[in-house]
Amino acid sequence: MDDTKRYERLREKFGNGDIGRRKFLGLLGAAGAAYGVQMPFGNMAFAQDVSEVRFDGWGGVVSEAFREKAFDPYTAKTGIKVVDGTFGSGDEYLARVKTAQEGEYNIAHLSGVFDYARYHNLGFSSSLNTANIPNLDLVIPKLVDVFRAVSGDQLSCVPYDYGTTGLAYNRKYISDEEMKEQGARILLNEKYKGKIGGWSDWRTRIWYGALQTDQDPNNIQDMDAVWDAIRTHRDLALKYWGSGAELMSLLAEEEIYVTEGWSGRIYALQEQGHDIGYYDPPNGFGWQECMFVMKGSPMAAVEELLNFMLAPETSIAVAEAQNYPPALDPSKVDLGSKIPTLPAFDPTGTLDGLTFANPDYWNGNEAEWSKMFGRVQKGY
Amino acid sequence: MATIEQSEKRAPWVLLSPALVTIALLLVVPLMFIVVYSFWLRTSVGGVEAAFSLANWQEALTDRFYRDILISTVRIAAITTILCAIIGYPVAYFVARARGVNRGFLLLLLMLPFWVSYIIRTMSWINILGVSGALNSLLLAIGVIDEPIQMLYNEVTVILGLVHFLLPFMILNTYVSLDGIDRALEDAANSLGANPMQTFWEVTLPLSVPGLAAGAVLCFVLGAGTYITPVILGGPTDAMFANLVFEAIITQLDWPLGAVLSLMLLVVLGAVVLTYNRFMGLGQIAKGIG
Repeated sequence: MDDTKRYERLREKFGNGDIGRRKFLGLLGAAGAAYGVQMPFGNMAFAQDVSEVRFDGWGGVVSEAFREKAFDPYTAKTGIKVVDGTFGSGDEYLARVKTAQEGEYNIAHLSGVFDYARYHNLGFSSSLNTANIPNLDLVIPKLVDVFRAVSGDQLSCVPYDYGTTGLAYNRKYISDEEMKEQGARILLNEKYKGKIGGWSDWRTRIWYGALQTDQDPNNIQDMDAVWDAIRTHRDLALKYWGSGAELMSLLAEEEIYVTEGWSGRIYALQEQGHDIGYYDPPNGFGWQECMFVMKGSPMAAVEELLNFMLAPETSIAVAEAQNYPPALDPSKVDLGSKIPTLPAFDPTGTLDGLTFANPDYWNGNEAEWSKMFGRVQKGY
Repeated sequence: MATIEQSEKRAPWVLLSPALVTIALLLVVPLMFIVVYSFWLRTSVGGVEAAFSLANWQEALTDRFYRDILISTVRIAAITTILCAIIGYPVAYFVARARGVNRGFLLLLLMLPFWVSYIIRTMSWINILGVSGALNSLLLAIGVIDEPIQMLYNEVTVILGLVHFLLPFMILNTYVSLDGIDRALEDAANSLGANPMQTFWEVTLPLSVPGLAAGAVLCFVLGAGTYITPVILGGPTDAMFANLVFEAIITQLDWPLGAVLSLMLLVVLGAVVLTYNRFMGLGQIAKGIG
């Protein structure tokens, strides 16, 4: 029986006096409500009736690799579309998330454990059912453990890749020997005044300030000495760069000879034929990136997508595109020929050679240090 | 009769109501949100706590850091405005005196920069003034210099970028004013014995001041509120006030302080606009950009 026939019968009963006016209108209203929830608008109310998942990342070649190796096969299998957005920095993205509705953003390619901790502390974390992500077993265990430690055993992300922020230098002007001898202090060398660069990120500046004053970046005792080192660097620097593209341009155009830089970006410069060296000083800045799942996301759909993204063929393709080693454990997965040549790659899968930022320590000082750096950066 | 009068009185408000509602929703209401935020507090993890506190206002108004950057911003905007006036006036005069197809062509050239992204236009200076940019390459090729000169990433390049961005606003406003001058007045001055220079100083320039002032106020307000130019063309210490707002809101997640800094900039720039309105009237700006 179709809906029209049902309506005609109901009206006939009302007309015959078999049902009262109140009941007639009540049944009409119930029919309307039942019809409403099966309309497209009604579909929005069903949390598990997912038609699309949103992913936000750094764009460029990484995005293309995701699209080809993960998103399109995922859509072909599940029928769920992946909406691919980009952001310029983790800070900018967090500002966007703060102003959004829950569920508007789903997965983000975030940097560092401290970003994970920030999102968790602001109440944006979800709880993944790792049984739905079998490829998570292929990931280096240490990378997973640090996230679990932040969010009390629950996991809101899967680790994806790692790298370092080391020293990048133009070999035409600075030899490998000089770089190894001076280490992080080369950024304070008067000889290179006007040819020194630096990332305008307070964490990196303070980390390198700690190295330049022989302190443990995860346990700084003399903060005044660090600020003085940052001031000295500021006065010698030509420019604080704000993006990977700007970093590469400044080095490639020889506007600067030395700066700290992201391992993957420097590798890309080397691939392009520029004679740029890369050196990780002792206690150099190691970091990892993850795929963070926001609270309010359709978890089953997102977990399946994460499993696609962690599949070795996807992880390796993305790693080769962005020049950062994947989070996959080399003792469990054959990573091919290019990845073992990438800077920061650890063939043992233990990552014991890298120093990561302690999220509790750095996030605990974030409010004070980020504000103070803003002043020091501008000449104070 | 009274009903017709009342209806006539109401008519402008009825006609204006769509615009008023739009302005209220898109400008006044968000501004009120910013005012409310300015009294709230940042939590330790970067959230906001609804409260009534004057701490952010006290910090922003008493800390020398914010005052110095504000003064520096006003100084850079003022220098930019003066340079735009000096460079833009002769161009506007030339366009206003051009005839026929030439004038249309020149006006089209003035509009062309607006078709290219402001960021792209700003970044183009890196290719011109960079160590391996066009100017250094030329100077090296003709033997004027032996090694590239470091020209980028200082206050001068920030001002250069701002002048590049704002010059069309100055020229268009001045052009509108010059074009509206009755040429018979200049002819009268000449017939009374004034030479061309006297005619310009005594007649043309005073009559074009409203356009020049409209261009100046636009250049100043847009220049003082700029964010991207110092980021692209500035050195480590070349920040302007809008950069502080960005850092407070995006980097430090301190939205309440960012709200206070936004309002401070709004008050300073609003005072400039109100001063202009007191003497010239805002209608002149509408002519220039309309």
